[in-house]
Amino acid sequence: MRLLTNFYKMADIQQLKGLVSQVRRDIVRQVHAVNSGHPGGSLGCTEFIVALYNEIMEHDPSFNMDGKNEDLFFLSNGHISPVFYSVLARAGYFPVEELNTFRKLNSRLQGHPTTHEGLPGVRIASGSLGQGMSVGIGAALTKKVNGDDKTIFTLHGDGELQEGQNWEAIMYASANHVDNLIATIDVNGQQIDGSTDTVLALGDLRKKFEAFGWEVVTVAKGNDMESVISGIKEAISLSRKRKPICILLHTVMGHGVDFMMGSHEWHGIAPNDEQLAEALKQNPETLGDY
Amino acid sequence: MKTYTNTGNKDTRSGFGAGLAQLGKSNENVVALCADLTGSLKMNAFADAHPDRFFQVGIAEANMMSIAAGMTIGGKIPFTGTFANFSTGRVYDQIRQSIAYSDKNVKICASHSGLTLGEDGATHQILEDIGLMKMLPGMTVINTCDYNQTKAATLAIADYHGPVYLRFGRPKVANFTPDNDVFEIGKAVQLQEGTDVTIVATGHLVWEALEAAKELNEKGISAEVINIHTIKPLDEEAIIKSVKKTGCIVTAEEHNYLGGLGESVARTLAQHIPTPQEFVATQDTFGESGTPAQLLEKYGLNAENIAAKAEKVIKRKK
Repeated sequence: MRLLTNFYKMADIQQLKGLVSQVRRDIVRQVHAVNSGHPGGSLGCTEFIVALYNEIMEHDPSFNMDGKNEDLFFLSNGHISPVFYSVLARAGYFPVEELNTFRKLNSRLQGHPTTHEGLPGVRIASGSLGQGMSVGIGAALTKKVNGDDKTIFTLHGDGELQEGQNWEAIMYASANHVDNLIATIDVNGQQIDGSTDTVLALGDLRKKFEAFGWEVVTVAKGNDMESVISGIKEAISLSRKRKPICILLHTVMGHGVDFMMGSHEWHGIAPNDEQLAEALKQNPETLGDY
Repeated sequence: MKTYTNTGNKDTRSGFGAGLAQLGKSNENVVALCADLTGSLKMNAFADAHPDRFFQVGIAEANMMSIAAGMTIGGKIPFTGTFANFSTGRVYDQIRQSIAYSDKNVKICASHSGLTLGEDGATHQILEDIGLMKMLPGMTVINTCDYNQTKAATLAIADYHGPVYLRFGRPKVANFTPDNDVFEIGKAVQLQEGTDVTIVATGHLVWEALEAAKELNEKGISAEVINIHTIKPLDEEAIIKSVKKTGCIVTAEEHNYLGGLGESVARTLAQHIPTPQEFVATQDTFGESGTPAQLLEKYGLNAENIAAKAEKVIKRKK
């Protein structure tokens, strides 16, 4: 097995930040090319997913669905596929050039991630919201039954917590001591129709998760690479103590592109030519665009 | 005419429980999940023998279906257990996205299907589940007829890779198929050979079809009876071959005539060999409270109505 631990793992924060800039370029270019997709949440979660795949997880880009003895990641809020695809491609799961096919006919890079077209790195379809935490619990249970000591990571939108299935999963995970699961909530306070507070207020998420029996780690600066890495590492240190772990990752929707930042308006629309040029100008560092 | 002997009434759900218990010993990858209906689904034997591979999920079926999908990642073969209504309608989107579209090796095992759930009434009596499940690309849909066949099917689906919907029921019904028969997914079973009319039945109505064939035989009508335990993929060849001989067909199922076995058969015949067909099924209605026998009689899901429909369809032959 080829593990990132000693092979691909980025040596320092500067390299990770360079990759973050490239992934942001990939995100806006993918969405612009087909005039559709979800840039806001993708840009907001870039540091987190880059950190997971390049600093935290032990994983194998040659890809095997069963993922035995690997850390696994499940994207529950599947609409932020542009960031997921970019990170997977840049980690070696499939050719970077394939990002050109995003949302186009006959592509493996469907609008929302799927196993159906056989894209390496994707283990479950997501898009219809609220299912990923349950899926992550299932994968975590199988790891326990198999005596596999690796960790399951999941990512969810904050608005996604309005789906009731999450609370079934949150209740189950603590009652059954699923302590090899780290579920991260992208707390950006935005959803399609407006702020989460105006659409359906989520209340105090820390208190809610704690009341359900979870350990909670708050990352106040979810778009700061050092904070993200230390937050995930803290979560890992809390794992395997009979409680599931939640990371409340406070991000800014659209981070890295100033005119997209903090507004629900950029949840699901694409930049035009001028806006793309400006977005790329604001993220100049590149490892080579596809 | 072949004679079938009821070796004693038994519930199909107990056949599932027995099959699952056997799988517990023979296949270490089999895991089971239940949403607070362990006793009703007869999953206790498995749960007691393999507590490390049994997962009580509570009254949270959506969570159960998606957990099952996740458990396949790493090589487990999850069997979910709850009533048919809560196995399908309640969790359609979870099955659609996390299981069917994601091609996960989950076995959705559903008891208390149809009217014969009985006294609990229409809230629990799903008559739409075959339709819901057969419309999902890649989903295999099985509806077994008795205890022995349900046990055999439970064993067989563990060896098949892909999502399966296994439908069975609550009441004790005739147990007449051979013990330890090999279950072939997608393979129709001819129970009676006949020349005047084909009767294809699924689930609890297979025994009723055999009883109908006896009644018809006494009237000098030769009925061919075929057990369609797998509605998808449908054994089209067996059906086409039979109607080439008989020239007409009756379909019988404990399900709405919309979306059930009858429609699958009608589509097959329309494409390959247009044939007069009559439907024994519920007529786009919900059920109601009552004993299983009362309900089958009121809604015409019994031998008497199958025989009547057979005589009717024979008259439609040109």
